[in-house]
Amino acid sequence: MYKLIRQIFRTGIRHPPRRVLAETPAQGPTLAAALGRSLAVRHVDAGSCNGCELEIQALGNALYNLAALGVRLVASPRHADILLVTGPVSRAMADPLRAAYAAMPAPKRVLALGDCARGCGIYTANYATVGAVGDVIPVDGVIAGCPPSPEAIRAAFIALLGL
Amino acid sequence: MAQDRASAVTWTRLPGACPIDHACVDVDQWRLIGAHCRETSGRLAALWGSDERVAGRGLLVHALLVSESGWSWISLDAGATQPWFPSLDALFPTAARLERALWDLLGIASDKRDKRPWIRQGAWGPADFPLRRDFTQTHAAATGDPYPFVVVRGSGVHEIGVGPIHAGTIEPGHFRFSVVGDEILRLETRFGYAHKGVEKRLEALPLKDGWRLAGRICGDSSAAYAGAYAMALEAMNGCEVPPRALWLRALLWERERIANHLGDLGALCQDGGLAFGHTQFGLLKEQWLMTHGRLFGHRYLMDTIIPGGVACDLDAAACEVLEAECATVLATSRRLQDIIDNHAGLQERFLGTGRLDMGDARSLGAVGLAARASGIALDLRARHPLPPYDHLQTRLALRTQGDVAARVAVRFDEIFESLRLIHEILAYLPQGPVRARCEDPGGRLGFGAVEGWRGEVLVAITRAPSGATHHVHIHDPSWQNWPLLERAVLGDLVPDFPLINKSFNLAYSGHDL
Repeated sequence: MYKLIRQIFRTGIRHPPRRVLAETPAQGPTLAAALGRSLAVRHVDAGSCNGCELEIQALGNALYNLAALGVRLVASPRHADILLVTGPVSRAMADPLRAAYAAMPAPKRVLALGDCARGCGIYTANYATVGAVGDVIPVDGVIAGCPPSPEAIRAAFIALLGL
Repeated sequence: MAQDRASAVTWTRLPGACPIDHACVDVDQWRLIGAHCRETSGRLAALWGSDERVAGRGLLVHALLVSESGWSWISLDAGATQPWFPSLDALFPTAARLERALWDLLGIASDKRDKRPWIRQGAWGPADFPLRRDFTQTHAAATGDPYPFVVVRGSGVHEIGVGPIHAGTIEPGHFRFSVVGDEILRLETRFGYAHKGVEKRLEALPLKDGWRLAGRICGDSSAAYAGAYAMALEAMNGCEVPPRALWLRALLWERERIANHLGDLGALCQDGGLAFGHTQFGLLKEQWLMTHGRLFGHRYLMDTIIPGGVACDLDAAACEVLEAECATVLATSRRLQDIIDNHAGLQERFLGTGRLDMGDARSLGAVGLAARASGIALDLRARHPLPPYDHLQTRLALRTQGDVAARVAVRFDEIFESLRLIHEILAYLPQGPVRARCEDPGGRLGFGAVEGWRGEVLVAITRAPSGATHHVHIHDPSWQNWPLLERAVLGDLVPDFPLINKSFNLAYSGHDL
């Protein structure tokens, strides 16, 4: 226990880096007016390569600390204000994605995260994909990048919350 | 007589960095070579098909076999109408799902025992085969075919279905548990949700341009995938990769391995109830990724490995940054390992959980990290080393217990070994160019293999003699290792599943393609 506490003090408190964003910031209306200051986010991987998932996971690390903004990832769409969708939508995931969207209580919003979710990305529509997220459910905002950096995703949430 | 038939096979050594022999075989030879491989403790590394009817042949089935003596690749013409080949699933359990996928994608039948679809998921019709070149998309929407899971009967047995959307931020797949109380009697996985038609897309791209997509099939293994793709392409056109580029590739692969191990160790601490570990490893991984972004241009090393070499280079200052970072990660990881190893609560969760013994691992055809945690000494870097690994003398990480604790221990060992390799690479990095010209290939067949952090990532390219068409097959080690998870959870508790699953951390997108 002594070693554990010592390591905590050795690590200290970290803050996210401040720097100009290379990626396009999210487009879309401020969500705070509709959803309030605390956001529950449900993530759906609709066929991504796992790159975007890694960056969403990174948002939870002590540096980006998304929870400190009032944004938390939840386990069920029934608890969610926002559906955060990644990947080109595969045919097999189109129905589960629609079901997750339908299960959310209103008011609800959808964010397409990453170039694939935004516009099918490198994958382009083919026999196995139905297209971008916007081809399946209504999208309110997009976060570009392959994958978008945690800074860009965090900045997008800050912008959407009007912070 | 049978041996005569097998010895009549004409093997051709393919050019390229990765030594491999290729042969076109008939049905009898296919059976004999498979059986011989099995008898000599070899294993099936991959099985796939390609449509070569435009080249005047039929639909081909390919198998990659590997034994102590090295790689071999056999191709069987299964015919143009009602194509068929003898199943290998009695010899190699790995073949079972690969053969189901082969039917779904190309309509090549085998005498396999399990006739259920594997990748199709009702996304196209049962009589449509998307990887055939005359496939045209006609259907409107997915039909959501019913899928008969194996039912476990008995007093008090019930099923828990999980996915395709999971509670955490992970990829889509379905797990069907049959349980009594909290005890798992059976786990059956179902995949194909992330199937995006990668191989069809790669057929449409010129071979020299496919590397960018190859690096975006499995986001956590981008360097391994792009590296295997580049290796296969370079084999086809005789491209000599400059030594400095080979060493930089190894550096990128080792850094990718460490990034994933750090992240997974954090997640394992989280699932085991030690949030401290998640925070600590999360920070270590984040700093590691930031260095990737700063020095190599991408946090997950996408677009760093290209055909002919690498798209990044290091100056003396950058090498110093990497050295210093390795020293920090080494010191911190050692401290964290000490804390974890002595944390009774966490060890109680890790020890004996999700156990896969060596016999099961071997008979299921385990590869990579999961195999090494069950006592099977497989690692391409050590067993079939290509430059620069032949100079680096990789020490293979090995544990025999096969439980979550063993997979944690292997990850720590591999972090320390990869840090050592990076130190060596930086010390002996050759001077010179980092890229050679690599245009459209002239050869017919190309093969590349990289020991990614999960296990061996394989790329095999076949090209028509005219050059008009080609097929790229990509094989992720998760094909071999998902069945291990189904075995490892038996008798464990449902609440331990996330921990066991994370200790393997297998790919969905890399598997589904």
